[in-house]
Amino acid sequence: MTTADNMNGWEIVIGLEVHVQLLTESKIFSGASTRFGAEPNTQACAIDLGMPGVLPVVNEAVYPKAIAFGLAVGAEIGARSVFDRKNYFYPDLPKGYQITQMDHPIVLGGHADIMLESGELKTINITRAHLEEDAGKSLHEDFQGMTGVDLNRAGTPLLEIVSEPDMRSVAEAVAYAKYIHQLVTYLDVSDGEMSQGSMRCDANVSIRRFGETEMGTRTETKNINSFRFLERAIIHEINRQVAILETGGRVVQETRLYDPDRDETRPMRSKETANDYRYFPEPDLLPVLIDEAYIQDVRNKMPELPSEKRIRFEREHDLPEADAIILTSTTQLADYFERVAATGGDSRLAANWVRVELLSKLNKASIALEEAPVSAEQLGSIVTRIRDKTISGTIAKTVFDGLWSGQAESADDFIASHDLQQVSGTDELEPIVSAIIANNPKQAEQYRSGKTKLLGFFVGQVMKETGGKANPQQVSELTKKLLT
Amino acid sequence: MKVTRDVVEKIAELAQLQIPDGELAAVSEKMSRVLDLVEEMQSADTAGIEPMANPLDATQLLRPDVVTEHDQRRLYQDIAPETKDGLYLVPKVID
Repeated sequence: MTTADNMNGWEIVIGLEVHVQLLTESKIFSGASTRFGAEPNTQACAIDLGMPGVLPVVNEAVYPKAIAFGLAVGAEIGARSVFDRKNYFYPDLPKGYQITQMDHPIVLGGHADIMLESGELKTINITRAHLEEDAGKSLHEDFQGMTGVDLNRAGTPLLEIVSEPDMRSVAEAVAYAKYIHQLVTYLDVSDGEMSQGSMRCDANVSIRRFGETEMGTRTETKNINSFRFLERAIIHEINRQVAILETGGRVVQETRLYDPDRDETRPMRSKETANDYRYFPEPDLLPVLIDEAYIQDVRNKMPELPSEKRIRFEREHDLPEADAIILTSTTQLADYFERVAATGGDSRLAANWVRVELLSKLNKASIALEEAPVSAEQLGSIVTRIRDKTISGTIAKTVFDGLWSGQAESADDFIASHDLQQVSGTDELEPIVSAIIANNPKQAEQYRSGKTKLLGFFVGQVMKETGGKANPQQVSELTKKLLT
Repeated sequence: MKVTRDVVEKIAELAQLQIPDGELAAVSEKMSRVLDLVEEMQSADTAGIEPMANPLDATQLLRPDVVTEHDQRRLYQDIAPETKDGLYLVPKVID
């Protein structure tokens, strides 16, 4: 719960428009590359530049991706997908119009069931999701009073996912954005790299008195590119609107920008005339017909969804829900865990090691799972040796550290080279236990006269003597036997 | 249907076109005639007919997702009025 939730009897109403960059090699209407980070304008071809006489041709890869998203949110798929022109003038849009979808979007309806902090599910309805092209980037830095334009991004395929105004708190809005992010990355619809602009949100925010049925006047805060900024921008906007309404003012419907440096939203320069995009069907493109067989084919190729995976993990791996949620947060982590479990032969132990040891090490080193120096198979081999009691959990951490720092290729190599096998044979342990008892006659006497709590003392001494390698259970049994 | 001078001015502004005052009347007259034609067409009974997105009775062919366009920045920037560091320069806009 954030400070901006439930303020002074004001109800918060939020709807989000999420722009997701579809993971394709080439642009939606041209054969130029979509690779991130290229030199300015080296990936802007004649079509992206809006040169006279060029014609767009639709990239077939955008359809399976948009449809997979639609199916995952239980939406209807538009059988006849039509493009429209949205007309406006801005230098990062060289054609003078954006090709988008107005009346016949590819995805109609659907819903996202987000998990609230209380663990309850809340349904956020999705209005639609449509295909469109991205614009370029304007750089307003110092070019002697000019604006620099990089059109590498122009024509990059986007899926704009529009929600209903169903969110009632900042936390819900962030949970919804994270849900969409998880879904599109699971489905390989997008790489979801927010820092590279692969997912951006526009937040429609309004407030009203509880019980009021009419919506308040909303503002739209554009181009928010991180979950944290989304949270900050909405909090700022709510506080601003509350302050206006509580002093008898009126919220103006407008488009605003969030400035992370100042942590505030401010209006984009309002155009002299209200937005009038004069949409009309794109004459350069024909309708795209999507038949049932095509949709079925996409459905058949869809990977397991996050919610399906979570339920399967709980059932198949016998994991508590909280563990399953963490382990299914990304496909990469889920796959890693399943490989550890398969190699190690113990799901619960594998879950613990991935969730606790691996994640905290990754966190500490600030690296992604893909860069982890310990592979799932290596961690699985540690789990195997804990399971068959070759090593204790404590020693296992030493082995994990050893593999992490590249001191050995496998758990077995490290255990052997550092002589870490658990000492568990009676033949090996008995002389050690006897020696400890002999060296501590006072405690032995006390134990024999009934102070059985001292058993821990003896076990501790043996563990110390063996450098933690003794099997504690066996030591305990042996000590009891030798003391009676 | 009469397209008034105000409407012509608004459309011209949206389209970023400059229409000299002396021509406004003529433009408004021409645009009105186009709308008259549209009005005449409106009288046709179109109940139950799905609007077309395109007059051709065809559907779109799609393109495989392959990079076919390679860097021709120099060629394009040679004809641009102004460029710097690979960027196209335009009069300052902040929105």
